[in-house]
Amino acid sequence: MSLQRTVLYHAHQQLGGKLIEFGGWEMPVQYSSIVDEHQCVRRAAGVFDICHMGEVRVDGAGAAEWLNSVLGNDIRKLAIGQGQYTHLCNEQGGTVDDLYAYRIASTEYLLIINASRIEPDVAWFRAHLPKPGTTDVTFVDESARLGAIAIQGPRVAEFINALFQGPSLAGTTVTAATELKKNQIGAWKWKGEEIWVARTGYTGEDGFEVVAPATIIEDLWNQTLAAGHTVCIQPCGLGARDTLRTEVCYPLYGHELDEITSPLEAGLGFFVSFDKGEFVGRTALLAQKAAGLKKRSVAFRMIGKTAPPRPGYPIWSNGVAVGTVVSGTQSPSLNCGIGLGYVPPGLAEPGTPIEIEIRGRRFPAEVVKKPIYRKA
Amino acid sequence: MSSLVPADLRYAKSHEWVRVANGIATVGITDHAQHELTDVVFVELPAVGRTVAAGEACAVVESVKTASDIYSPVSGEIIAVNKAVADNPALANSEPYTGGHFFQIRLSKPAEVEGLLSPADYSSQIGA
Repeated sequence: MSLQRTVLYHAHQQLGGKLIEFGGWEMPVQYSSIVDEHQCVRRAAGVFDICHMGEVRVDGAGAAEWLNSVLGNDIRKLAIGQGQYTHLCNEQGGTVDDLYAYRIASTEYLLIINASRIEPDVAWFRAHLPKPGTTDVTFVDESARLGAIAIQGPRVAEFINALFQGPSLAGTTVTAATELKKNQIGAWKWKGEEIWVARTGYTGEDGFEVVAPATIIEDLWNQTLAAGHTVCIQPCGLGARDTLRTEVCYPLYGHELDEITSPLEAGLGFFVSFDKGEFVGRTALLAQKAAGLKKRSVAFRMIGKTAPPRPGYPIWSNGVAVGTVVSGTQSPSLNCGIGLGYVPPGLAEPGTPIEIEIRGRRFPAEVVKKPIYRKA
Repeated sequence: MSSLVPADLRYAKSHEWVRVANGIATVGITDHAQHELTDVVFVELPAVGRTVAAGEACAVVESVKTASDIYSPVSGEIIAVNKAVADNPALANSEPYTGGHFFQIRLSKPAEVEGLLSPADYSSQIGA
């Protein structure tokens, strides 16, 4: 199968981006260097192409009720212009996808789903739609029509209002983008097109994600680089996106989450609402909770100088292989090996000594509290 | 980005270079390889005294993103390793042909050197 390219493919080439395969897409892993781009986002600002991610729109009088029957979090908590992190679970409590759901109007929702999961998610949603004629729900896969960029870093607020001028036109009512609070979303016009700006991200820094028609994404990207010039904004690739999210322990589908791993095991129970009523996977998740989890996600740090831990490396405790690393890298902020992995619940307490097997040898590590990196 | 390909070295397809003097080969990774890897964060070197065959994986270089095997371009005994690059892996990026070299090997089959790529052949392989 040939790789898909985003509308920014030529922009990445011109910027010297090194392109790799990710979830069926040809995406930039880096432009200058992963460490350089990582530090740039931690200290100032970076912009990421996230057009590969999927978008679906759900509308209608029955939208909230239906979404609540397939998603783990309680969508009724959302005021207009607010978003939440949530999960799509299967009947066994495994995770079909993790996503962001925004309520963009009274009965209208915008869901941002993972690139590698667009097909399975859309099929899953469609299979679970209410029977035609029973309730008013419209489901539209907008993944091809819409694109998105993420503008991230502590200095983004210094120039973001120059990009999106005037008050928001829908969603959360604000007079400027910087008035949006965490997880709030507002609509602006960009050259006549409706765009959605959400204060969220995947880096642990302040920032915004902008969802817009694919036709204007390149213009938006170029204007972002121009407006952010004053704070030395840099284009950033998936490499930095991965080190940034790993430091703050945000899950990446296919690593921390998959169809046989539940949000509870991933330590994301906070985002599962059991008291909202029935939803797909609820029974299995309650049973998991009652019986006790078989595995738990932990964050860890290597002790001393070692090779970086990598996904798939075995985790050992007291001479026994007890689990597996699912994400691992050299932390550019902490300058040591860090990672996330699954271990039996008894070994999940911060401070627990473990060992990571790297090329046949075991090296000491320690379970640490999440997030691994916290802003000073 | 153009990469340096010094004229006095021989090269392996897998992006290692060899400098031979008095039956001893010094081995490292090329400027092209360090550009491709970027941000070398860890280098694992072979044990001194180990005998390796040409093409055998005997060191590992790790960037933030990935771990890559380093293959000895020639056969022989490892007689020295560069502790400086193990202590400061960034040397593989900043001085790939000098301070960032990996190890030295006493050639057991000196003729193998003739089978390695010339600077011109390596340049055309990497499109430099």
